[in-house]
Amino acid sequence: MNREYEIVVGLEVHVELKTKTKIFCSCSTEFGAEPNTQVCPGCAGFPGTLPVLNRKVVEYGIKTGLALNCEIAEMSRFDRKNYFYPDLPKAYQISQFYMPICKNGYLDIEVDGAKKRIGITRAHLEEDAGKLVHQGTITSTEYSLVDLNRGGMGLLEIVSEPDIRSAQEARAYLEKLRAVLLFAGVSDCKMQEGSLRCDANVSVRPRGQKELGTRVEIKNLNSFRALEKSIEYEASRQINAIEDGEELFQETRTWDEEKQVTRAMRSKEDAEDYRYFPDPDLAPVYVSQEWIAEVSASMPELPDQARQRLVNDCGLPDYDASILTLTPATLKFFDEAVTEYNQPKIVSNWIMGELNRLLNVNNMEIEDSRLVPGEMVKLLKLIDAGTISGKIAKTVFEEMFSTGKEPEQIIKEKGLVQISDEDTLKAMIDDIVAANPKVVEDYKNGKEKAFGFFVGQLMKATRGQANPAIVNKLLQERLSRE
Amino acid sequence: MALTIKKVEHLAILSRLTLTDEEKESFARQMSDILEYADKLNQLDTENIEPMVYILPALNVFREDEVIPSTPREELLANASVAEDGYFKVPKIL
Ligand SMILES: [Zn+2]
Repeated sequence: MNREYEIVVGLEVHVELKTKTKIFCSCSTEFGAEPNTQVCPGCAGFPGTLPVLNRKVVEYGIKTGLALNCEIAEMSRFDRKNYFYPDLPKAYQISQFYMPICKNGYLDIEVDGAKKRIGITRAHLEEDAGKLVHQGTITSTEYSLVDLNRGGMGLLEIVSEPDIRSAQEARAYLEKLRAVLLFAGVSDCKMQEGSLRCDANVSVRPRGQKELGTRVEIKNLNSFRALEKSIEYEASRQINAIEDGEELFQETRTWDEEKQVTRAMRSKEDAEDYRYFPDPDLAPVYVSQEWIAEVSASMPELPDQARQRLVNDCGLPDYDASILTLTPATLKFFDEAVTEYNQPKIVSNWIMGELNRLLNVNNMEIEDSRLVPGEMVKLLKLIDAGTISGKIAKTVFEEMFSTGKEPEQIIKEKGLVQISDEDTLKAMIDDIVAANPKVVEDYKNGKEKAFGFFVGQLMKATRGQANPAIVNKLLQERLSRE
Repeated sequence: MALTIKKVEHLAILSRLTLTDEEKESFARQMSDILEYADKLNQLDTENIEPMVYILPALNVFREDEVIPSTPREELLANASVAEDGYFKVPKIL
């Protein structure tokens, strides 16, 4: 990246709200249903139908606003955004354009230990569009198929200030935003299923320049990686264009995951002209101070508070606390384990180490795993009791993770119990010492490595099941007699 | 004329309409007439009047978040000009 330029990014994030029904009708929002089975005349845009606002959607809007330190508007209302597209049967989307429910908030993020505050311009309620399914490849097919199940689901669009200065900051912002929304319980934020979607506004400018450069909007970012990669690509593209004396123009581009490039999307003929006007079918929304207080009182612990608690009450390093508070499911796992096994740092090590490693390898979330905190605690207690070594415990843990079996059962089935019996170990040590007189000589001549050799041989002979502390003790005794 | 041919062409694109040159001429004239007629309202002094968006004083017209079964799919798709495999079928849009 050319260091004479500064990258300026603002993010527009759409989250699907976790209500049971859609925003303006009583159709279910359940994910994964057969196409067009969660549609009524209202969300199919039939003439003569009228929208009625879901109270819960407004409540979640207030809740999100409070979690993002926003002002909650006393009065907000809905407008019509007019455009033709087959996934939008009314030919307008109902959205809060003029008077959003939330504005002027912020989110604190951290990149490589440096804290930064990102402004949130606004957050507004709107309805989602349906889904277009293309048969065959997008270029060969003549038709598109429309599924309206998603059409009319309640969305919150959260717009940040252009305060973000790098791809890493953008990622940190999106991760933090996701954590806050998950903890607040307003959305399940699954990027794969499209319940969290992100567009990035990217521009560059020479360092020191006050005014912003020409802004390009990148769409279709459905992973944290795509967000990071597309910003890096787009910033270099813009810098190269400027360096080559080309003119940049404001446009919408899409991220091509396969080729890892951004591509121009619309022709100029389709210049945006949405002709917004207030929707006369919907009464305005008035949010009283009492309502705000009520929602505020029901606010669960948020990531920053939880992180503080883990540092203050559990004595965890701040780094551990930041990882354990990325999702509420991770925090819940930790909290439950610590209730039964009051050694927070050990619990944290196992979650951040083995558990996260296995989740990553299997591309899973903690809530999808069969492992429950109580079983992990059993394992930790078996290590403390000397039944198995820490090393063997990792093998057992992996087995617990994949089969959901209890640790005792796995240890029994696989014959993994630690050998702590001194007589058994003594006999084995005698054999090994007798078989390696040359190494005994080395040991007597002060070669440190020789001791490790004997430990290694013993572990090999016991398939790693010898109790390391006892082995050390016995070996030292035995060798001192040589 | 208040409304130019260019503006009519822009509106035609937004409305997905194809207009002949004669239609553009006549629509520009007709729509200009409508706008000029409505322009009479600008003669009123509205200096200190709050713009009115809603004619009713209603606020917070809500429903509870409870699922009501949706329309059976066959019924829903019976209104589609073309349906296939449980979907509405439309010309490809890129
Ligand atoms: Zn519906």
